[in-house]
Amino acid sequence: MQDDTFIGGQRGYFPATHYSAIIAVSSEDLTIRTRAYEYIINAYWKPVYKYVRVKWGKSNEDAKDLTQAFFAKVMEKEFFTSYDPAKSRFRTFLRVCLDRFLANEDKAASRIKRGGDAQVISLDFESADGELLHASVPSDSSVEEYFDKEWVRHMFSIAVARLKSHFESTGKPVCFQLFELYHLADDAESSTLSYDQLAIQFGVSVSNVTNYLSSARREFRKIVLEELRNVTATEHEFREEARELLGIEPP
Amino acid sequence: MTYLSNRTVSKLQEAVDLPDLGGTRYTLVRHIARGGMGAVYLVEDTHLGRQVAMKVLDTTIESDELSARLRKEAQIVATLEHPGIVPLHDVGVLPDGRLYYTMKYVQGKQLDEYVTTEMSIAERLRVFQKICEAVAFAHSKHIIHRDLKPQNVMVGSFGEVLVMDWGVAKHLHDTTSASAPISGASSGTSTTLHGTVIGTPAYMSPEQQRGEANTADERSDVFSLGAILNFLLSGLRKSNPKIHKSIEAVCLKALSLNTDERYGSVTALSADITRFLDGEPVSAYKESLMERTDRWVGKNRFLVFLILAYLLMRILLLVASGR
Repeated sequence: MQDDTFIGGQRGYFPATHYSAIIAVSSEDLTIRTRAYEYIINAYWKPVYKYVRVKWGKSNEDAKDLTQAFFAKVMEKEFFTSYDPAKSRFRTFLRVCLDRFLANEDKAASRIKRGGDAQVISLDFESADGELLHASVPSDSSVEEYFDKEWVRHMFSIAVARLKSHFESTGKPVCFQLFELYHLADDAESSTLSYDQLAIQFGVSVSNVTNYLSSARREFRKIVLEELRNVTATEHEFREEARELLGIEPP
Repeated sequence: MTYLSNRTVSKLQEAVDLPDLGGTRYTLVRHIARGGMGAVYLVEDTHLGRQVAMKVLDTTIESDELSARLRKEAQIVATLEHPGIVPLHDVGVLPDGRLYYTMKYVQGKQLDEYVTTEMSIAERLRVFQKICEAVAFAHSKHIIHRDLKPQNVMVGSFGEVLVMDWGVAKHLHDTTSASAPISGASSGTSTTLHGTVIGTPAYMSPEQQRGEANTADERSDVFSLGAILNFLLSGLRKSNPKIHKSIEAVCLKALSLNTDERYGSVTALSADITRFLDGEPVSAYKESLMERTDRWVGKNRFLVFLILAYLLMRILLLVASGR
């Protein structure tokens, strides 16, 4: 497993629920608008970078430039204010904007002053590039799915980071440690761990393992839903994304 | 942040979907199935030491008042005692806000899995009649199911037919069942427990699809039964495109978009099925003289054979005596 820098700054200033950064990008208040863009960039930069690398076959350096330039352009031209939730999901809208941007960039064939001199945000491209080594490159037909998949992975990564921070700040690191070992570990040995074995390993009772894991799952679910609500514009979109992210088919 | 492998992402998706049973009397045994409205799990009832099926809906409940209403409604539904009905045991809200209800764990085949191409129309209709009997019983207690579909009908190993999933049923005379939303109250979502968009689109009546809270009644279930009948006939249409017009008419009448043009009750629908099986004319279809004759002949083959034999004999005698 790899660690990378947590980008986008502290996000505690957003209300926990019923906040939508997608709506906030249209705010007249510059501070609110800027924070909303930061939030969206934080939620999407990694899938965008990987998509540029995989679908458009760009080199690491070009993909970095293009990712920065895309978000700079988005902020400069306020692309996201034209998003209509009745027509598509935000995620799809963003990908279409990205494709158009990249097509135009290819036509221009010029990288000079891409995105002006604006440095949008400090993005940890090295870790994102490293992650590409883990994933198999999709076929042409599934490249859009690849973007969605990477977005899900990134959203879960954000939620895991928040979960860790939550249990550390509330003095219950064992909850996260159990969650990490039981739900995050990828090796064969951890996959077969029983609650009894976890109880022995952590020196707690089996009922405590049950309760701690239950509590961690509940908190994780809550965080994921909060993150989703923040990057969706409507209740309908939120629910659709929740179903997709949580692996639930829409009714 | 930590890189999450594909496998870990899948594990996390499963983890967040698992019901949080903390503080309840149940412990999770395993996942059974997923439907349109939620997932079903096998759980252990630690108070009674038995295994039951738990359905967890993909929706949350946000008010104590609504939770109390739900419990009251579940209590009413739990009074349904009929061999064709799998009643609710318990209903509640999980710590994560999702709604659940428990019911008897039934082993068998869902109707959509049970029906095979070899089944005759009569066999299919007899299964359908058993479904109608169970639903008609609930209607006699003023309870409508609201989510009738093949996946909610189980057929046991002895051919017993069980209508499941009464968790979104509604008592028609319960005045407290206002159309209050289960979730997203502030945003006015269309998913509600007591009368709007509950059900599965392909089998849901038009009034349910439109979210008309107060118009859903027994005839909404009649529509869903019509859709089930259509499902049962569609399997036959593939092998035998000539399904009798009268049974098609029964199906169409049950599926009428206008509630007033449907059967007024499940009993009336079932009676037409009985008539069809007995070779009698059905109320949904006006036969021509030719069709009436054809049906009469089909029903009275032996009598027709005797008459024809008698006539043939008379003709032969006449011919013989004329020589």
